[in-house]
Amino acid sequence: MNVSFFFEVLIGGLLAGVMYSLVALGFVLIYKASGVFNFAQGAMVFLAALTFVSLLERGVNFWLALGVTLAVMVVLGMAIERVVLRPLVNQPPITLFMATIGLTFVLEGLSQAVWGSQPHGLELGIADVPMQWLADSTGMFISQFDLIASGVAAVLVAALALFFQYTRVGRALRAVADDHQAALAVGIPLKNIWAIVWAVAGFVALVAGMLWGARNGVQYALTFIALKALPVLILGGFESILGAIVGGLIIGASEKLAEVYLGPMVGGGIESWFAYVIALLFLLVRPQGLFGEKIIDRV
Amino acid sequence: MSREARIGETVLSVEKVSLSFGGVKALQDVSFDVREHEVRAIIGPNGAGKSSMLNVINGVYHPQQGTIRLRANGAWKEFSDMDSHEAAALGIARTFQNIALFKGMTVLDNIMTGRNLKMRASFLEQAIWIGRARREELKHRRAVEEIIDFMEIQHIRKTPVGRLPYGLQKRVELARALAAEPRLLLLDEPMAGMNMEEKQDMCRFVLDVNDQYGTTIVLIEHDMGVVMDISDRVVVLDYGRKIGDGTPEEIRGNQAVIDAYLGVAH
Amino acid sequence: MLYREAGQFKSTYAADQQIFPIRQDRIAVTLLLLVAFIGVPLFANEYWLSAILVPFLIFALAALGLNILTGYAGQLSLGTAAFMAVGAFMAYNFVLRMPWLGVIPSFILAGLCASAVGIVFGLPSLRIKGFYLAVATLACQFFVLWAIQRIGWFTNNSSTGVITAQTIEILGHTFDTPQSKYLLTLGIVAVLALLAKNLMRSETGRAFMAVRDMDVAASVIGIPMMKTKLLAFAISSFYCGVAGAMYAYTYLGTVEPEAFTLDLSFRILFMIIIGGVGSILGSFLGAAFITLLPIFLNVFFGALSHTFGLDISHAIVSNIELMIFGGLIIFFLIVEPHGLARLWQIAKEKLRLWPFPH
Ligand SMILES: Nc1ncnc2c1ncn2[C@@H]1O[C@H](COP(=O)(O)OP(=O)(O)OP(=O)(O)O)[C@@H](O)[C@H]1O
Ligand SMILES: [Mg+2]
Repeated sequence: MNVSFFFEVLIGGLLAGVMYSLVALGFVLIYKASGVFNFAQGAMVFLAALTFVSLLERGVNFWLALGVTLAVMVVLGMAIERVVLRPLVNQPPITLFMATIGLTFVLEGLSQAVWGSQPHGLELGIADVPMQWLADSTGMFISQFDLIASGVAAVLVAALALFFQYTRVGRALRAVADDHQAALAVGIPLKNIWAIVWAVAGFVALVAGMLWGARNGVQYALTFIALKALPVLILGGFESILGAIVGGLIIGASEKLAEVYLGPMVGGGIESWFAYVIALLFLLVRPQGLFGEKIIDRV
Repeated sequence: MSREARIGETVLSVEKVSLSFGGVKALQDVSFDVREHEVRAIIGPNGAGKSSMLNVINGVYHPQQGTIRLRANGAWKEFSDMDSHEAAALGIARTFQNIALFKGMTVLDNIMTGRNLKMRASFLEQAIWIGRARREELKHRRAVEEIIDFMEIQHIRKTPVGRLPYGLQKRVELARALAAEPRLLLLDEPMAGMNMEEKQDMCRFVLDVNDQYGTTIVLIEHDMGVVMDISDRVVVLDYGRKIGDGTPEEIRGNQAVIDAYLGVAH
Repeated sequence: MLYREAGQFKSTYAADQQIFPIRQDRIAVTLLLLVAFIGVPLFANEYWLSAILVPFLIFALAALGLNILTGYAGQLSLGTAAFMAVGAFMAYNFVLRMPWLGVIPSFILAGLCASAVGIVFGLPSLRIKGFYLAVATLACQFFVLWAIQRIGWFTNNSSTGVITAQTIEILGHTFDTPQSKYLLTLGIVAVLALLAKNLMRSETGRAFMAVRDMDVAASVIGIPMMKTKLLAFAISSFYCGVAGAMYAYTYLGTVEPEAFTLDLSFRILFMIIIGGVGSILGSFLGAAFITLLPIFLNVFFGALSHTFGLDISHAIVSNIELMIFGGLIIFFLIVEPHGLARLWQIAKEKLRLWPFPH
């Protein structure tokens, strides 16, 4: 086996994994704050990317387009909180989950009704070419775009982790995640927190949408990115930011390795399910996920 | 026949059971026994480990140490770790501290599920609704209606349990446990949150079950009056340890128990 | 005074345990069946039969299957379409490779294959619950579709992956007209619905609901968790599998793996949310609703653009359709989580009291 090729695949997988982590992070934020498994995260990524690229194509300045899209996502997040989640408060989690499936359809329909359904290219000015110096010195072909994109994602993930660790809002959020009732009792305004979190999730969706969109084009298939993030969540647990990061790396790397080394044996195309199977096998061993604690139901 | 005279030999013995959750030691080295036909109470302050004890006996929680010995059909069986399905098959039924009824089902269906272990028809027979499946359904319906009469809940048999008031739900839960015709009945605070009248009704039901069906009962209760009235012997737990065991009179005079309840420092 | 339970005293438990204890319900169901079996084939035109009624019945059957698993046993699944795909492609292979079997046994075997797949992918339900399980069922959705696309055996090495269902022949009778296909579909769906109704009102159904409502209590009263959950997966996938087989044989005729994507799974999930989770009637109501809604919308927007001279493109309509579907789901979850079946029940209770509201 060619060692430098192996590392090339591994690193490519890890870089893709960082991007999965980014999408997974959107899920974790909302789950931590409001206990909702937001299936619509993928639709939000799509909506953000499509809005941004459509504004650009209409000649809007890059930064202005970014600002407008961000504003749209924030307003959208708050609207979702108000219209969908608030009336469903205290319902079983599975009901909320199904509501977000409904939301997925609304958002997908809405984005395409407004902006049309044709695919767009998104140019961020970073070429998707292998880095020559690395190829020269080690023989590994690592895409410059992948490296920069995962760098951006990593910075964002780190910034969010710090934000939740050290700011007032972040601490309030963690209090809410631990115990809604107690948080209410000590006067943390839950509704504001939820609105903030949905807005932050909208922002994460925008960044994820831009990076993924620049890589694969802005099109309906972008919504499937969210499906890629789900095994990451099973692996890492829905409530752990660290879990999302480590889970993303594991899934990204093992998926790429399997695609390259296992794929040809079974006719390829295994990336549609391989991550799920890894996550499932893992669950059979550790149902509580990577970092979750084992919980015994109280009766 | 006086109540004392009916009490038979030991049918359940819990030996040196210890259970912990992470750092929390819910039970430490607890041993006690239960005799046939008796009403055995478990008391103790909040968090003492009473519910955990019942959960260990019928296999909901799995203790790290200790054994549970159970006499079934004349022979002793020993478990280091009971399985709840097996416990049910051995004739243990129970109610829960926080009502654990099947909320979406009617009272009748809830109680019918209590008899699931007695049904033999396969799912195919049930789907076609012939022969054995149909006969069984009728036979068990009759048995369940007897329990419904006994518990005086005829008027609500077709009501979804989620719509019933708390006191009635507690009664339905007892009815569901009785439907299994258990030999050992574990009741976790059957009278908690009830008013005087409801409590008296419930006491009557518990004693009637004990008298009429000869069911052995282990019961957790906070109301000392009730405990003194209806139990034959009492176990006292505090911080996961057994601090007293004896007749209600003996317990009443036990200094350790009095201290535990008055919150004397350890 | 039309719809009354009063006066119909049941003197035996047997009478109380009939499939429809209220006489008016029995009459209504009988009438409905008569209309469906005799009236409809006589009077409905070809479009109604093959483009509306047949898919409606098939979706109702798939929704019923999902409802058994999700509505009754409480295990959310997003893999319905995969089970249908197993049914469709296995039925094709049974008919192709063992023609002597006959179509109905092939459908049954196909359903059993779907059951087997259901059991395998139901195994995680023994360790995980709720949306963790839902995500796990996605694994089934993607894996099964991939397998059917990649493994040539399933499609008899058709280069495009498309299979063409053989003509249906049962006991020398050929089912090739819209009427006969409709009747075959109706017959199968009616029988399976009856079996499901019986099953759900006996011990198995109660065990399913017990596991759904409170699994700890269920196992404490002796309901075996593993057997019950896996049985729910098996029965549910059987229904979905048979529905898939009919999807290929009595509805589409030619079918490709791509017909069974995640979107179809969602569509069927929507049927039970709108129709009524945990209700057999609800499966039918939901299927009718979701089948008719796009037709209704098309007509509506057609009329709209015609009257106002607007040019509403097909793409816009289909996007609006998506939004309406999604919006309705949210609406029903918020306003009536038990769906149309519950509304129907409330209407009946009102009718029972009418004209004296006390
Ligand atoms: N499933 C569980 N997971 C974690 N800790 C538990 C669990 N069940 C019980 N405990 C802990 O074990 C200890 C004993 O609890 P248990 O419920 O047995 O007390 P109890 O005597 O029944 O109290 P109460 O009178 O309040 O019902 C408590 O500290 C409780 O927090
Ligand atoms: Mg307790």
